[in-house]
Amino acid sequence: MFDDFFIRALFAGIGIAFVTGPLGCFVVWRRLSYFGDTLAHSALLGVTMAYTLDLNIAISVFLISSVIALILIQLQKKTNLPGDALLGLLAHSSLAVGLVVIGFLTFIRFDIMGLLFGDILAVTTDDLLIIWTGGAVILLVLKLIWKPLFASTVNYELAEAEGLNPDRAKAIFTILMAAVIAISIKMVGLLLITGMLIIPAAMARNISDSPQKMVIFSIIGGLLSVVLGLYSSLEFNTSSGPSIIAASLVLFILSLFKIKQSIKLKN
Amino acid sequence: MSSENTTLVKLNNAGFKQNDKWLVEGVSLTVEKGKIVTLIGPNGSGKSTTAKIALGIYKNIEGSVEKYTNKVGYVPQKISIDWTLPLRVYDFMLLTENIKDEAIEEALTLTGVIHLKNKNLGNLSGGEFQRVLIARAISKKPELLVLDEPVQGVDYTGEIALYELIKRISDTLNCGILLISHDLHTVMTATDHVVCLNGHVCCSGSPMDVAKNNEYKTLFGEQASQILSVYEHKHDHVHSDEGEIKKN
Repeated sequence: MFDDFFIRALFAGIGIAFVTGPLGCFVVWRRLSYFGDTLAHSALLGVTMAYTLDLNIAISVFLISSVIALILIQLQKKTNLPGDALLGLLAHSSLAVGLVVIGFLTFIRFDIMGLLFGDILAVTTDDLLIIWTGGAVILLVLKLIWKPLFASTVNYELAEAEGLNPDRAKAIFTILMAAVIAISIKMVGLLLITGMLIIPAAMARNISDSPQKMVIFSIIGGLLSVVLGLYSSLEFNTSSGPSIIAASLVLFILSLFKIKQSIKLKN
Repeated sequence: MSSENTTLVKLNNAGFKQNDKWLVEGVSLTVEKGKIVTLIGPNGSGKSTTAKIALGIYKNIEGSVEKYTNKVGYVPQKISIDWTLPLRVYDFMLLTENIKDEAIEEALTLTGVIHLKNKNLGNLSGGEFQRVLIARAISKKPELLVLDEPVQGVDYTGEIALYELIKRISDTLNCGILLISHDLHTVMTATDHVVCLNGHVCCSGSPMDVAKNNEYKTLFGEQASQILSVYEHKHDHVHSDEGEIKKN
């Protein structure tokens, strides 16, 4: 069944959508889209490390992204620079260093376009295994930290005062972000992963009135985007990442009509 | 019961410094089960800071805090909620603990906002939101309730009713309350212990002791101490739930 590259891609995408749905909601709620971008850019460094040291790409990306997240936390403590400047610094310097390292590794042929924008042909059965087991672990951990993470997203001091330990939840969430980027990089590409996190969640926000609904709609939106995107990628011979993100954009635009309706109803 | 068992939170000479400036220092106070401790003082005197020290929100403090309970309900003075979250009153009630629906409805009824249960939190007025905040804090049936200006923005009749509710909660749940309020009238009738702050503890004791204190008089003026004496006279009787006067 998994012999067909398209079936593999479809299952990989479905697995990813289940994880990016709920995580994406937190990215939107906590205003972390640029943080997601930074981790994703640093993933290129992870990929080069995987090739040089002959490691699994997902694991290597996960390690590098986690290190970048730790560096960010340290920089935030030690400098007076604003958060977005630090994120930009890390995002672009890690992307640049990654590209420079690729320049040195002349003995390996890199598919740069595939790295940046995703490549469905590249998804192997091993990748499927990583996506589904990794994804299951991510979702399980997210379920465990949901309460403190959500409470501190609403109000940090309430969560802290009522004994929920929001700092720990935040640290764990950062690691989950690195993990979701690691498992989805092959499919969506490092420039577009944040789109996969944000756009379905943004779409879901337009049509939800409770956090649970938003998570569910975000997952459904991600699943639809993957299926629509992959079929059109096959049909029109386009890269898988941009096709999936374009499909999610179409869903987002459709969700805007729902807002218009509810505004009309209120008036 | 020994005093150790009834103590919920104890501050020993606690203080907090931010950017080399003391927000408050040298505060010692104890909140016990079934007792209401009220912090009063002018703006910037460190009332909210003291509450946050007691709650453990501030980490690098001077002195020490001993907290003997994890069942805490908190009504902060300022709360900014990000409206990128779709959040109904009902979801907000479940924020820090999974509470049974009956308990949620009971708390919302007590604070008079049950009709807002399924409303979006962003559409509430200031006073309505304040009532929801109080409902959320009491629905958990906490052992320690920290209320930082809990009735701000609430209409006058509502204010009195909510203070009565707070007093009743401290009696029925036998929980300790750390209350911050500007309203000397209402506060003094229900409080067991008053701590008057002005960057440090300027005086503390029973409402009557504090009212007689000279430092208190300079902070709040002679009239404020007269308010207290007026209320102290009323202490020779209590009101039943129906409002009847019963002599002690």
